[in-house]
Amino acid sequence: MSGPSSYVPKTGVERWLDARLPVVRMMHGQFVEFPIPRNLNYMYTFGGILMIMLVSQIVTGIVLVMHYTPHADMAFNSVEHIMRDVNYGWLLRYMHAVGASMFFIAVYLHIFRGLYYGSYKEPREVLWILGVVIFLLMMATAFMGYVLVWGQMSFWGATVITNFFSVFPIVGDTLVQWLWGGFAVDNPTLNRFFSLHYLLPFMIFGVVILHVWALHVTGQTNPTGVEVKQKSDTVPFTPYATVKDLFAMVVFFALFAYFLFFLPNYLGHADNYIEANPLVTPAHIVPEWYFLPFYAILRAVPSALGGVLLMFGAIVVLFFLPWLDTSKVKSGSFRSVWFKAAFWVFAINAVWLGWLGSKPAEGWYVPAMQIGTVYYFAYFLIILPLLGLFETTKPLPASITDAVLSKAKTKTVASGAGQPAGATAAPETKG
Amino acid sequence: MALFSSRMIKRVLVAALVAIVPATAALAAGGGKAPREQDWSFAGFFGTYDTAQLQRGFQIYSENCSACHALSRVAFRNLMEPGGPEFSEAEVRAIAANYFIEDGPDSFGDMFERPGRLSDRFPPPFPNQEAAVAAMGAYPPDFSLLAKARAPTRGFPNFVFDIFTGYAENGPDYIYSLLTGYDADHVNPEGELGHYNPYFVNGEYIAMAQPLWDGMHVYQDGSPETISQYSKDVSAFMMWAAEPHLNARKEMGFRVMAFLLIFGSLVYMTKRRVWSTVEH
Repeated sequence: MSGPSSYVPKTGVERWLDARLPVVRMMHGQFVEFPIPRNLNYMYTFGGILMIMLVSQIVTGIVLVMHYTPHADMAFNSVEHIMRDVNYGWLLRYMHAVGASMFFIAVYLHIFRGLYYGSYKEPREVLWILGVVIFLLMMATAFMGYVLVWGQMSFWGATVITNFFSVFPIVGDTLVQWLWGGFAVDNPTLNRFFSLHYLLPFMIFGVVILHVWALHVTGQTNPTGVEVKQKSDTVPFTPYATVKDLFAMVVFFALFAYFLFFLPNYLGHADNYIEANPLVTPAHIVPEWYFLPFYAILRAVPSALGGVLLMFGAIVVLFFLPWLDTSKVKSGSFRSVWFKAAFWVFAINAVWLGWLGSKPAEGWYVPAMQIGTVYYFAYFLIILPLLGLFETTKPLPASITDAVLSKAKTKTVASGAGQPAGATAAPETKG
Repeated sequence: MALFSSRMIKRVLVAALVAIVPATAALAAGGGKAPREQDWSFAGFFGTYDTAQLQRGFQIYSENCSACHALSRVAFRNLMEPGGPEFSEAEVRAIAANYFIEDGPDSFGDMFERPGRLSDRFPPPFPNQEAAVAAMGAYPPDFSLLAKARAPTRGFPNFVFDIFTGYAENGPDYIYSLLTGYDADHVNPEGELGHYNPYFVNGEYIAMAQPLWDGMHVYQDGSPETISQYSKDVSAFMMWAAEPHLNARKEMGFRVMAFLLIFGSLVYMTKRRVWSTVEH
């Protein structure tokens, strides 16, 4: 995407380093010069937000580990020690716990933005797949982190989730015992989850670097779905994306801070303030809210194996999305009303499945879970493959510049004011 | 934990997982009656604990509840820390000295008992859970985290409104409702030994008999000596025990939100300025 580097080392030290390891030049290329489509909206700011959230989770996590004890007899007490006795321990621990929820809010919005604007389509298939890998790693990390608290929901959640693997024929039992390191969730399980919970975020970080690399090779999509064709379609990353991303981050932090300081336990489960007890099963075992749609899919069918396969399938299908969607038009804005309807029903269905996930699998909840599950899969396996073949799409603008300027012209005509179009032709050269 | 075979656990869980959850269905829906919401000094965005109320709540705890309920995560020193009952150091030393703490071994290898110090935590009334069950018939839960552990989930649409109203007092509301929710006129069905209480989260019968009665405790500050007031005070005390840094948390929250508002406005104006020459 980038042309030749415009980085000019200003000081002697920079020149010295640049001749040996041009890391500043690379960062300058990726985060200063890098051209971004000029028409990005705020839905495109979640990538940066997610990056900050990952850093926040890693930093708070590293400090928490300084006070946490990964042992079945001491884990819960050490968490309470952090909450009560460690200076600002309550802040660190709530930041980490609420931060996990915020991380998922951001990643879901990021994914839905991709689904609507067709960000997974050629040439961004690898970018999308790397994103799904990050999502999977995030789910594993969040699940294992939740277990570390060693409350009732931690323990029983871990028991339920690890038992998924027992439904596989022949190898199931051996597999689960291998995961547990014993015959039930116990200290060895806690220890390995702790080890992996510390490891996986760094793996996420690695895949994020690949994700950003892939993004900077293909360039970003944009709300029109038309690829960048000329210089006037873009603006440089700094200051345009930098300042816009920063503003979005501040707004997102306000939401984060609101939950962190005023409703820190709203997104959690009360039972996790009871220490894990293998002899007492909670009345109703539910995972954290961000797993609830998948938990509903798991319990939609009466067969345990079928449920587990469906639940994993719900993620696996995302890997194939770039080839399932047959439409040549990327952006949902230029697709038929059928696509828009199907997309928004999918989004509402996801939330609906989430609510059902918090309910027991009984009564009318079961058929509701089944209908939701059917729609979830139908969207990917039937609607997207067929819709692309039959729908009539809207005419695409010739370029991003065209789209932006015609929008501006409409605005100008409507308001009777505005600036001459020529002023916007090469924005990066203007003050 | 080798008590169970993995196969057995698996069978139990898979059954609970994919089939129906018959016995627990009522509990899953939230169990008892929805708690009655009270006005709490620590509710809302600017709420803080009422020191006098926490002191009264501690009085109820130590005169009444502490015979059966532990408070093992709270240290005596916590009673004098800011944002809590804020007793004076002399008062807290006197409170601590009332308790005997097992310490040791001494130079002869023997354990011994000594009066409590500021750094000690409240010793539990029973040496272990089994002893408590043997004496009481059921385990009286530790008070340290109860106000956060007994927070009934709020169904739709309340859980949506709660985000905007900042409602986070389901724990103390539940405890208050439970303590004031006994019905003396209720006649138990044949074979039911528990005490009827419609607010109890685990069915309608609770092992604990009604613990508070009008006029049972004498307040020095002239507060009403009623079941309702006692219950409210001890619920507030339990909330503090579970969340001792609530005052500090909300105060910092206010500062952070104010900072983000001002900083965010500046960033927004900068963003407008930067993008003002670009149609987008």
